[in-house]
Amino acid sequence: MLSIKEVHCAYADTVILRDVNIEVGKGQVVSLMGRNGVGKTTLLKTIMGILKPFKGSIYFNDEDITTLSSEIRALKGIGYVPQGRDIFPHLTVMENLLIGLEARGIKNPSIPEGIFELFPALRDLLQRRGGDLSGGQQQQLAIARVLITEPKLLLLDEPTEGIQPSVVFEIENTIRFIKEQGNVSVLLVEQFMEFALRLSDYCYVMEKGTVVFEGAVNELDREELQSHLAI
Amino acid sequence: MDITIVLSQIFNGLSLSSILLLIALGLSITFGIMGVINFAHGEFLMIGAYTAYVLQKLSIANSGGSLFLLSLPAAFVVAALIGLLLERSLIRFLYGRPYESILATWGLSLILQQLARNIFGANNVEVASPGWLQGGLTVMEGLQLPYNRLFIMAVAVLCVSGMYFYLYRTRSGRRIRAVMQNRQMSACMGIKTNRVDAMTFAIGCGLAGIAGAAVSLLGSIGPSTGQNYIIDAFMVVVLGGVGRLSGTIAGAIMIGTMSPLFEFVTTSSMGKVIVFALVIIFLQWRPSGFFTLKTRTVD
Repeated sequence: MLSIKEVHCAYADTVILRDVNIEVGKGQVVSLMGRNGVGKTTLLKTIMGILKPFKGSIYFNDEDITTLSSEIRALKGIGYVPQGRDIFPHLTVMENLLIGLEARGIKNPSIPEGIFELFPALRDLLQRRGGDLSGGQQQQLAIARVLITEPKLLLLDEPTEGIQPSVVFEIENTIRFIKEQGNVSVLLVEQFMEFALRLSDYCYVMEKGTVVFEGAVNELDREELQSHLAI
Repeated sequence: MDITIVLSQIFNGLSLSSILLLIALGLSITFGIMGVINFAHGEFLMIGAYTAYVLQKLSIANSGGSLFLLSLPAAFVVAALIGLLLERSLIRFLYGRPYESILATWGLSLILQQLARNIFGANNVEVASPGWLQGGLTVMEGLQLPYNRLFIMAVAVLCVSGMYFYLYRTRSGRRIRAVMQNRQMSACMGIKTNRVDAMTFAIGCGLAGIAGAAVSLLGSIGPSTGQNYIIDAFMVVVLGGVGRLSGTIAGAIMIGTMSPLFEFVTTSSMGKVIVFALVIIFLQWRPSGFFTLKTRTVD
């Protein structure tokens, strides 16, 4: 599904990612953990094409996408929920939802009902401006907006950060629902270890820009994992 | 002072506002969406004016009649196409680099003016107003509103309504607003941002072209016609706040009515000085113009 091979990436002259290798299988939920500033968000941006690696390659469905633009990657089925949610603040919730469908050339798109079953709160907010929503509502909208475009791979950057428990619970249910459907892979960047382990099949831990620990969640040495995450 | 003089000054001011509005719309959107300060924008007005001129030449040669109405859409199309060409070949390399864009587009402006001089000659040319735009509407004793100025206002109102409809009611307008608000996320949602840029730039140029065709009703036109309006149009954008239709409208009405009024009560250069001074004072008070947007997003 997604393979990241020996990726190196830098902001100007500062190298952020060194020799990162990550695999996400079809229908798998893979979590990526690590302390602040180890390069998790940078890696997601590199997968999305916002940053270009100076070495290494990224394969999506066995196709080399390393040099493709963000919009082509999105149209190929990579959905991205960034850390700051990046809702369009002056578009309504409805328009925020429509924009991804319309970018795929769908005339007169309608919002699939299923999305309101996952995020019931959105139904009453459709005419509100995205920028007027609370952080938790924006997070739900950010996930919903990308889900309705039916991505094959979902990149989630700290979806629980700064979110109240009830919404965290909804987000967890949503990821579980996606996992049960089995046709969407998820790469989940998360600081909240218990949340990540409950949901994932496999996990990676990054430190100083590279992967230092990995393993299948059900046969994982939790103590060793903890030692990489403790401050 | 006679009331009719004041009223007719205000009326003239509003028709200047209409023209400024048409130019400033494109300017504001291209700056808002692409971070390009386009000093060559006035030349698209000039292109529109010459389109009206050429069309008149052609129609006189053919039938002897004047097809002025046709020159408005024609000016839009010609200016938009030339805009598209320049966007693809030059402007797109300047995105997000406002300082370089000033220099490059200023050079482009000189080139376009010289091109016009080479093709049409250095002297100004006349576009005759069609018969039905001659004369005026007499409102009261001593106050006549010329039909051509009324017509220009109507065109501006039509264009602005069209722009509102396009931006807020159509799919492609929605894409423009999305890219304006968050370019990176728009790309991540699958929007082809470079296509949106090209399209937006072309529409902005097309509107300036319509302004040019309208200006040709007011007097003779020449290679430097665009220069007469561009500085005022920039003031409109700065005053109204970048990338906001409502701000641009308010800014255009302010600048358009203030300049003739101050020029009337003082002298023409003193009037300009007063307007500039007022804009500077206003910006001390509200640095981002009339309309600033408030939301919960941090940017």
